[in-house]
Order: sequence, then structure tokens, then C-alpha cells
Amino acid sequence: MATFLVRRTIGAILVCIAVTFIVFLIFIVVPGGDPAQRIAGKNATPQNIINIRHSWGFDQPFYTQYWDMLKKMFGGNLVSYTNQQNVLTQIVQGMPATFSLTVGAGVIWLFFGILAGVLSAMTAGRLSDRVITVLALIGISMPVFWLGIVTRYYLAEGGLVSWFPDGEYVGILQSPSQWFSHMILPWLVLAVLFIGFYGRVLRGNILDTINEDYVRTAKSKGLTPRRIMVKHVLRTSLIPIITLFGLDFAAVLGGGAILTETVFDLHGVGQYAALSINNFDLPPIMGVTMYGAFFIVGFSMLVDLFYAYLDPRIRPT
Amino acid sequence: MSERLLEVDDLSVHFSTVDGTVKAVDGVSFELERGKVLGIVGESGSGKSVTAMTLMGLTRDVNAHFGGEVRFKGRDLLALSDAEMQDYRGNEIGMIFQDPMTSLNPVYRIGEQIVEAIQAHDKVDKRQAKKRAVELLKQVGIPNPESRVDDFPHQFSGGMRQRAMIAMALSCNPDVLIADEPTTALDVTIQAQIIELISRLKDDFNSAVIMITHDLGVVADIADEILVMYAGRVVERAEKRDLFYDPQMPYTWGLLGSIPRLDRPKPERLHSIKGAPPSVINAPAGCKFRPRCPHAFEKCVEEPALENRVEKPGHLDRCWLDVEYKRAHRDATISSNTGEAA
Amino acid sequence: MASETEFTLDTAAQLATAERGSAPIRGRSPWYLAWRRLRRNYVAFSFLGLFVLVLVACALAPVYASHVAHTGPNAEHVLDTVKVNGHTESVVTNGGYISKKTGKPCATSETGCILISAIPIGPTWFSAGGKFVLGADSIGRDVAVRLLYGGRNSLIVGIGSTAICVFFAVILALLAGYFGGWIDFVITRFFDLFYAFPVVLLGIALGSALAINGFHHFGINIVSGSLWIPTLVISYVLIPYVGRPLRGQVLSLREKEFVEAAISQGASPLRVMFSELLPNVTSSVLVFFTLIIANNIVLEAALSFLGAGVQPPTASWGTLISDGQNLIVSRPWLALAPGIAIVLTVLSLNVFGDGLRDALDPRAKVKIDH
Repeated sequence: MATFLVRRTIGAILVCIAVTFIVFLIFIVVPGGDPAQRIAGKNATPQNIINIRHSWGFDQPFYTQYWDMLKKMFGGNLVSYTNQQNVLTQIVQGMPATFSLTVGAGVIWLFFGILAGVLSAMTAGRLSDRVITVLALIGISMPVFWLGIVTRYYLAEGGLVSWFPDGEYVGILQSPSQWFSHMILPWLVLAVLFIGFYGRVLRGNILDTINEDYVRTAKSKGLTPRRIMVKHVLRTSLIPIITLFGLDFAAVLGGGAILTETVFDLHGVGQYAALSINNFDLPPIMGVTMYGAFFIVGFSMLVDLFYAYLDPRIRPT
Repeated sequence: MSERLLEVDDLSVHFSTVDGTVKAVDGVSFELERGKVLGIVGESGSGKSVTAMTLMGLTRDVNAHFGGEVRFKGRDLLALSDAEMQDYRGNEIGMIFQDPMTSLNPVYRIGEQIVEAIQAHDKVDKRQAKKRAVELLKQVGIPNPESRVDDFPHQFSGGMRQRAMIAMALSCNPDVLIADEPTTALDVTIQAQIIELISRLKDDFNSAVIMITHDLGVVADIADEILVMYAGRVVERAEKRDLFYDPQMPYTWGLLGSIPRLDRPKPERLHSIKGAPPSVINAPAGCKFRPRCPHAFEKCVEEPALENRVEKPGHLDRCWLDVEYKRAHRDATISSNTGEAA
Repeated sequence: MASETEFTLDTAAQLATAERGSAPIRGRSPWYLAWRRLRRNYVAFSFLGLFVLVLVACALAPVYASHVAHTGPNAEHVLDTVKVNGHTESVVTNGGYISKKTGKPCATSETGCILISAIPIGPTWFSAGGKFVLGADSIGRDVAVRLLYGGRNSLIVGIGSTAICVFFAVILALLAGYFGGWIDFVITRFFDLFYAFPVVLLGIALGSALAINGFHHFGINIVSGSLWIPTLVISYVLIPYVGRPLRGQVLSLREKEFVEAAISQGASPLRVMFSELLPNVTSSVLVFFTLIIANNIVLEAALSFLGAGVQPPTASWGTLISDGQNLIVSRPWLALAPGIAIVLTVLSLNVFGDGLRDALDPRAKVKIDH
């Protein structure tokens, strides 16, 4: 057990470092061109550009730049190219919004996804199954950002009906009711896609599991259908769902909800990432990517541990 | 004559599929008395497993159609609702399956699964149920049952898993145990142990056993009466001695002949019955075995009824051939050296 | 013996007749069975038909442009007028404060109004002779024409990226699964590494990085506005998502006896990979293919929306949504139309992919053992 943890932690750290290297590669090496020029803007003189290049260190070889950046990152000193703000502070500022979005949406999509999956599997072939399947398929076919734009237009304040406030984020400590009303629409929009997907995956798993030999044995023992479904069928069918959830949750938490945050103007970590990328602002991009990778890799490890707990066959004995 | 526990009366099980109606079981009748072992023997597709599972109500489905009656202690099980069947499963009739690895839930401990079976029918608390589980494991011959009761199925060997399954099936003292190919997935050396265990437990629990297999060698030891099934029908039924020493169906001869024997001269090739089992959707007219029977003649276009044609009243078969003719010719088939039916 | 003269054994012919009467079950290949199952799935086929319809419509974009709308996708008609139902209207009019609720102009004192600088003409629905059927965008381009051309581009990127992605994913999965050892180690680390990036983030990063100057390394020269950039970016980003499950499948297939048998017969690695392993993952690959196209169309739209995919002024469904965003209060169709197009296309692919998966890997409701 201990060796497993140690090995995985080292692997995780290596992955995070490799991730930073790749980001660096993408933004410095790939575009080619001159970052100093980009920062200087359109009306810069050649001397401006040389100064910027020197003060930012662009005239150094790229491994030096990379090393510098790593040092700054771990020291919490990364500073944005465009607006001179500390990256770490910005990320921390964006975290409450991102966390609120992720946790709320996560609860909704896990609950309704499982509900949809169980309902459609139990009534397989009948009308309710078909209806749920159609809705689920439509849900996965909708681009999240488009759904966000459309709902924001139609349902938010100033639109056709004013059921919801029009974007922006209000801290939970400031005003819980406002926080809630501002978050509902983003939660639902983000959850739609996952509910559809999880519902279908679970339905498939349940239908597969129902044909397993051990379910037949359970039936032959005279157990009630309810017990068979819950203790034998669901227990096994839910395992892949839980692992999926762990990874998806981590991805969203790590700033993967870029689109939803941008469309609803939540100023979370994702939106910060999107803005920085548009500005080709490397330090925030590095910071956000590290932050995201940390979550994903960490959760991935947690998920593996949980998986071992759920399925005793793969426990390291 | 001991108590008659089970009476199967002209049971038929038909499945509607896209290719047509599959007549998996087509008119099967037999009785089972307490303390007896009934062996049901046949190839894949003969309908033996479907028969067994139907007794437990495990074949119920929108596409399944049943006929006849299955009377257990007087009540027709086919007419019961699912909820009522639950009371019988595990409680009055227990079943063990072919592959113990896939038939046990891999994420729960053995003990938990046995306790679950016990608590499904008896109002005992967990501790008592677990004590009973340990007792059961001891009865089926698992060493160190107190510690092994907390193991997972993958930590048991194949033979031990099957023993655990037997323990689980017997946990509520059912009067009938159905064993569906219990030894097929096991080593030959373990097979004998499991068969012997089942026989002993039958006596200990004073129950009855239905043993389903494709291997005559398995029933040769413990069966009292044997049913031979082919293409969804019973083609021969006899007490064990009569079946082995006076078999009336050429199909049975084929089965007996294909057992490798140490006490006979070694054939160049193992005898096998030529051809393949018939389709259960488009069954041939007349005797179902006719296309493969080396002794078929004109009368065989009409299907023989299952009747008693020999001296022993309980010995039934479905063959038109004259009994004397059969007795004269069958040894050639059963112990042939040339690998072909005479 | 008396009994021997009473009966005659059937001749071979009669036995043969008896055999024919009981038709044995014909052996059929799994592909034939799958095709038969698929054929019976009317829903899946009608959605496939819908997808084909979309494909054809977008392929005919130039026809629509020249014969119906009489304009190109990038032609700006800011100062033009058009005849709608007899009377003349400007394609683009001056803007002002527009109420978010009604979409109509509002007095400056009202709340809930936003300032829009230019308001293009709304959908004419063929009452202008085929011009501006869905209206115009803020710089006077015909939205219907752009919708079709944009569809063409989105489909090119979506299908092209899927083809490239699946191709490389299959090769990597076969190599990793067959050879194992350090080849597998390297390939798996490669997959794991990119799994750690949220897909959209990586796509945006690569997409915008390449949008600056294009790609000019290793002798390959791709210009900034080319459709190759989003195509390659998306295919690259998706490779681990297809490669990992396929690798898992190859690994379990590798252990099966038929592979051992092939190797012991002296089959070369290439032959084992392509003649034994590949056919058995084909059904997964087919299903992946349809579902990944669906995924990639949405991904392309997302990237283009954020400016990291197809670059303006080239049309794609994503850029159209982005263009239409600001005008949604007065001209909702600008953003609605491309979105609906995406939903229909992706939905039809998902439904068909589902039917395909059911046909190739059925869960029989009636399990008939003996």
C-alpha cells in the first residue's frame, strides 16, 4: 500500500512537471515569432522591444527561461505579462466561483445521471426508457456554450422571462440566496451534458450486469428484486460511473469549465485561463495549467484508491 | 416409497426469437422423491439446463412460454407469481451452477453472500447467520472456516468455490438441490470430491438432488434414476443399473460408447456419434435422433412415444427397434474398436 | 436371424432426406449478424439519413450561394439594400439602445437596454427572393450562406480530425498492446500526460498558439488561417481518449489463444497486429468513429467560439455563434441557427453510433443456454 502511494505520488509529480514543460513548449517554441513584440503592441519602437525582451528575459536560451519560470511558479511569484498582476492571487480569487460551479453542478449531474440511468435500465425498451434516452442524447448533442448563451438570453434577467440573474458571480458569504440564484443556471447548463452521458453509460452497465452469472445466483437464492438490483447489480454497475465522476469533477474543478464560466461571466479560474490564452499571456497559462494538472492527477490517484476499495480483486495484496 | 417432492408433468418451454420459436423443452415429465438423486444427461442444446432453471422460475421472460405443470409439494410452480416464487428459491429449492467463479459476486465476501442467503428466508441476526455460515463451510469441507468465511471468491480455489456455492445453496435447508453441471469447470480429481460431497449432504440434509450433466461418468456414481434428454425431449428413463446395463436408445449407446474406458481394450479412435444435434426451431419430423441413428428404419418417420417396452416397468424409451435386436447389436456400438457404430 | 430379415436399414439417400428436413442452423459471420440487427433498427437509420442530408446540404453550399442567395460567404453588404416583399430595406441599419426583453428599440432612460452599434436585417424567409433567408450579420454577410459554408468547414474539421485521430490511435494501441514492455510504457505515459490536460484547455492552448503564425517546423508549413490547424489540433488532443480504451482491448485480446496460436505458427508481429488483433477491435473502432466525429464537431465549435479554432473571417458553426452572440437580443437567429444545426448533426451521429454499437455488441434479452 505504501509503495503504491509513493510510486503514484512520484509519478504524479513527474507528470505535473512534464505538463509545465509542454505548456512552455506550446507557447514559446511553437508560435515562433517574438513574444516581446506581442507584449510591446503595435506602436512599439525597436528599442522598446529590445528593452522588453531584456527585462522579461526573452533573450535568454529557452531552458533558462523555463527554469526561471518554474522557480517563479513555485515561489508564488509568477506575474502576468499583460497586466503585471500576480498569477497566484488571481487564481485564488477565481477559485470560489469555480468551486461553487463544480460542486453544485457535480452534485446535480451525479444524482440525476444515476437516476436517469437506473430508470431507463429498469424500464428498458418501454416508453420511459425511450424518452429518457432521447433526452439524454439531445443533452449530449448540445454545445454547452450555446446552451448557456441561449438560456441566458431567454431565461435570465432582461430576457424573455426574468427567472434568473444575468450572469456574474456572488460569493456565498456575501449573500447565500443571491449566490444560489446566480449559480442555478450555470449549474444546470453544465450538468445537462454529463447527465445525458452518465445516464447512458449507467444504463449500458446495468443491462450488462443483469446478465451476469452472479445475478442469476442471487435470484436463485430467493432475494427480492429490490435487493438484487441494489446490492448486486448497482454495486458493480456504479463502479465505472464513480471513476468517471472523479475524473470529470477534477477536470471541471481544474478550470475545465472554461466555456460555462465565460458564457456566464463568472470570473472563475476557467475564464481567467481563457482570457490569458487569448492574450498569449504565458505566466497565467502556466499557473492555471499547473493548478488544473494538480487536481486531475490528484483525483486520478484518489479514484484509483477508491476503485481498489470498491473492487477487491484489484487490491494490492 | 418416500415422499414425492416434485412432479414435472409434460413441461414445455418455448422461447420466441427473431429466428422462430425455440422449443427448448418439449414435453418432459419426471418425479423426484426425497432421498433420491435424479440425473439428467444430454448434449448441449438438449434442454436439460432450461428444464432445471425453469423449476426455479429463472427462465421467466416476456419471450418465454410455458406449458404443463411443475408440482412441488402439490403446488404448481409455473402458476406462481414472482413474489411467491421468491419464497421457494433458496428456501425449498436450492441451485448450484456450472462456473463458481462467475456465479459468485466478486466484490462481496463469501461469508456475506451466505449470510445474505440465510437472511433472505430466516429471521436471524447477522451474528447468528454468520455462525451458521461458518458451520456450513465446515460441513462442505472447507478448512479453517472461521477465517475463510471473510475471504473473497477470488481467494478460493475452484473446488473450494464450488463447495462454498453448495454451502450457500443449502443454507436454508431446501428439500431439493439442483446441481447444473457442478463439476464441468473443475479438475477431474476435484470432480469426484464434489460429487461425493453432494451425495453425503443429501443424506445429512435428507433432501433430494437433481444432477444435470453431459457426462455419464458423473451420474454413474450417485444417481438413482437417470433421464436422457435429446432435442428438448426425454428419450430414455431408467434406474441407473438398467440404463448402464440395458440401454434401449441408440443415442444412449452412443453416449456410453464415447466414455473413455480403462477396462476395455483401447480403441484407435474414441467413438463419437456422427452428425450434430438438430435445430430446435425446425425440428425434423419423426424420431429426433433419426438423422444420426445408424439403426434407423422405415418406422422411424413416426415419432415413438415414451413407453415402457422392456420387462422392467420403470424403464421407458422412445425407440421402435425390437428389443431383442437392440440387445444383440448394442455391444458392438458401445465397445467398438473401430471408432464407428456397427 | 429372423429380426435381420424383418427390417431394412435405410439407404443413405433416405437418411439424407431426413437430414434436410431438419434444417441445421447455418453458421453466419458476426458481421452478417450485426448487419441484420442494424438493418432492423429504423430509428438509427433514419438519423443516419438526417446526417447524410446535412452533409449533402453543406456540400451544396456553393450551389445555394450562387443560385439562391446570389452572394458569397464572405461578401459584406453593409451599404446595400434589398427588396423584401416589394419594399426596399437596408441590409444594415444604424443601431441604438435595444431592449433586452423585446428586442425593440427603447428610450435611453429605460433599464434593461444595451447598446448595439449596427442592426442587420432579420430573416427574410424567402420573401426577398432567396437573399438573406436567415438575415444578415453585423457586417452584412448572408447568414444562410455562411451557415452552409460554415457547416462544410465544421464537417471537414470534424470528420478529418476524427480520421487522423483514429488512425494514429489504432496504430499506437496496436503497438503498445502487442509489444508491451518499454514501447507500451512510453506510449502509455504519452497518453497519461495528455489526459492530465482538460481537453478544451489543451485545444485552446494549441489552437491559439498555432493561430498566431501557423506551424513552420520540421519542414511542414501550415499557414495561420488554414483549416489544417484546428483539424490537427483536435485530432492530436483526442488521441489519448481513443488510444487508451483501444489499448486496453488489444491487451486483453493479446492474451487470447488465437493470438498465441498465430505467433506459434510463425506469424510476424505485423501480421499478428493486422490480421489477428485489428479485425477484433474493428467494431470498437467503428463505434468510436461515429461518436468521435460527433464530439469533434462540438469541440471545433467550442474552439472556434473562443477564437482558437477556425479563424475569422472563415465561417464555421462556432464562429457564427460567436458572431451572433452580441446580437442575440434583436436577431436571435444568428446564434440559434448554427446551434440548432450542430445539435441536429451531432444528435443524428450519436443516435446512429448508438444503433451501431447495439448491432455490433448486442445484449440478448433471452439468454438461451442448454
